[in-house]
Amino acid sequence: MARLSYLKALQRALADEMARDERVCVLGEDIGVGVNNVTTGLLAKHGPQRVVDTPLSEQAFTSFATGAALAGLRPVIEFQIPSLLFLVFEQIANQAHKFSLMTGGQAKVPVTYFVPGSGSRSGWAGQHSDHPYGLFAHVGVKTVVPATPEDAYGLFLTAIRDDDPVVLFAPAGSLGVRADVDMDALGPVPLGVGRVHREGADVTVVAVGHLVQAALDVAEQLSDQISVEVFDPRTLYPFDWAGLAASVNKTGRLVVVDDSNRMCGIGAEILAVAAEEMRLAVPPRRVTRPDGAVLPFARELDLAVQPQRDQLLTAVQEVYKSSR
Amino acid sequence: MSTDEDLYRTMRLIRRFEERAIELVHSGEIVGGIHPYIGQEAIAAGVCAALRDDDVITSTHRGHGHVLAKGSDPVRMLAELTGRSTGLNKGRGGSMHAADFSKGIYGANGIVGAGGAIATGAAWAAVKEGSDRVAVSFFGDGAVNQGVLLETFNLAALWRLPVLFVCENNGYATTLTIEQGVAGSITARAAAFGMPAVTVDGADARAVRDAAAEAVARGRAGGGPSFLECTAYRFDAHHTWEHKARVRYRADEEVAAGRSRDPLDVQGARLPEGARAAIDAEVEAVLTEAVAFALDSPAPDPAGALDHLYATGLRGRNGIGLFEGVR
Ligand SMILES: Cc1ncc(C[n+]2csc(CCOP(=O)(O)OP(=O)(O)O)c2C)c(N)n1
Repeated sequence: MARLSYLKALQRALADEMARDERVCVLGEDIGVGVNNVTTGLLAKHGPQRVVDTPLSEQAFTSFATGAALAGLRPVIEFQIPSLLFLVFEQIANQAHKFSLMTGGQAKVPVTYFVPGSGSRSGWAGQHSDHPYGLFAHVGVKTVVPATPEDAYGLFLTAIRDDDPVVLFAPAGSLGVRADVDMDALGPVPLGVGRVHREGADVTVVAVGHLVQAALDVAEQLSDQISVEVFDPRTLYPFDWAGLAASVNKTGRLVVVDDSNRMCGIGAEILAVAAEEMRLAVPPRRVTRPDGAVLPFARELDLAVQPQRDQLLTAVQEVYKSSR
Repeated sequence: MSTDEDLYRTMRLIRRFEERAIELVHSGEIVGGIHPYIGQEAIAAGVCAALRDDDVITSTHRGHGHVLAKGSDPVRMLAELTGRSTGLNKGRGGSMHAADFSKGIYGANGIVGAGGAIATGAAWAAVKEGSDRVAVSFFGDGAVNQGVLLETFNLAALWRLPVLFVCENNGYATTLTIEQGVAGSITARAAAFGMPAVTVDGADARAVRDAAAEAVARGRAGGGPSFLECTAYRFDAHHTWEHKARVRYRADEEVAAGRSRDPLDVQGARLPEGARAAIDAEVEAVLTEAVAFALDSPAPDPAGALDHLYATGLRGRNGIGLFEGVR
């Protein structure tokens, strides 16, 4: 067993994939020196033809990657901040994602869009603190949010090897997570397969990204009263509905905790599918950011908008107590 | 090098393809309409005459000419426009997305200015694999105001990539005139990024071909990107539905003057006695076959509406309960 941090896991995944497959290249801002610590060392190893420091031209380099992918490469793009995805929504959702269908299957676009540090990074305020994963899941772009070091490694590997465009969000709140892992056992993790981090019989908590840690804490805290099952979907699109159904059909109770906006968020979709298709004993709940929220700067305000552990704890207790 | 006959044949093919397609729009066989390329044929024909099969192009919403000139089969192309499963894109793309990867055609594109960065990325991939392939991006004068295209000029010039940007300046972006839409000159914008930028007469296929050939040769030799502005006149409406909107923005005299210099006549006049009529007859036969093939071809099976959504074959849910015991 060795201690592996989430950030190191990402770095290792990219390094391993670049060493394994020479079609893999990485593009982004300040990646030569590796300001986000994921691309560290890659420039020295692979040179500027595979580790490309781009000008500040997100829209151009995002579709540039599409063209390179159509021509046979497997580009990974590192975005410095999550809100840059708003800038390139056209290039991802309207171009890369649509190529395969619109060409009748002639084209594939194996690009990975990677955001190392999504969500609130204390004090970065309104334009640097979004988690726009729901937008991509909505349009059907494969969307991945790993919560642990081994999943970060495995899902990044899978994203790069996938023949479709994939967006991978590494929540800022997860970057420092460390785990004891068997390095030899690290390997690809399939898309669309969730993970039960803790088994339970009373309430299913679906937690996205860094909130998996919060859900595990809450489950532990409540362990003498309520048996909480913690389900981590790992990929938001495709979503592991069968895995969730197995959990909800057992517990009959569901709480979703998701650090993105409530209205039309991924939490809403999870509740809707559970209500339509699973055996819920009582109405489900979700803990999210408010509708249409913009993250405020001041620490107290920032925290007031993000889902908190005590909110989750209360929601779990309420769902547990409620009856039809 | 392409001959005068080759250039004329391509132009005639585009012209008749479009005329037949417009008929099919009016008869309802083509749903949604098309953006006719009539009047601009010399540009596609001239530029593509300078290209090889393995070179890449990206095209626009007005893309039929580029796709045909690059060598796609007009028969399967017309089947695509009529939404048939025998079409180039199996009926999934239609007029605005016609693509043929076997000929390096990365597709027409419904978003103005979107193809530039894609072509440039393909040019980069070509360099990385050590080939001398080039990429061409076609776009209109309206596209030069798209930020992504300007960002792309920077990348292409900075990294000296073998890409040729071809701006077809037909004076209008839908109804917006070039005077209303573009500050400064189009070529000056490209030149500002340090790439050679010239303007040619887009009604003269030879002139376009020669300018393109020079730019393509420079690209193949590692000389970086080039920019070609081709002046043109769009003979017809922006789109086949324009008449329904009853918009008027071009004076009759202007349209008549624009149409009076027909690129097919410019090129046709260069052919030896009798050659033009022979080519016309040849093209006519191809289009008769294309129309018959398109109309005889089966419509795609609705059950496959989302086939090809993912290259990996992933299937989403249909909005119908999946789990046993539910519904
Ligand atoms: C980014 C974008 N804006 C607007 C439109 C709607 N639109 C389609 S074609 C067009 C005009 C394009 O003009 P130009 O680039 O000069 O090409 P032309 O039609 O003259 O060939 C517009 C505004 C679009 N498809 N994409």
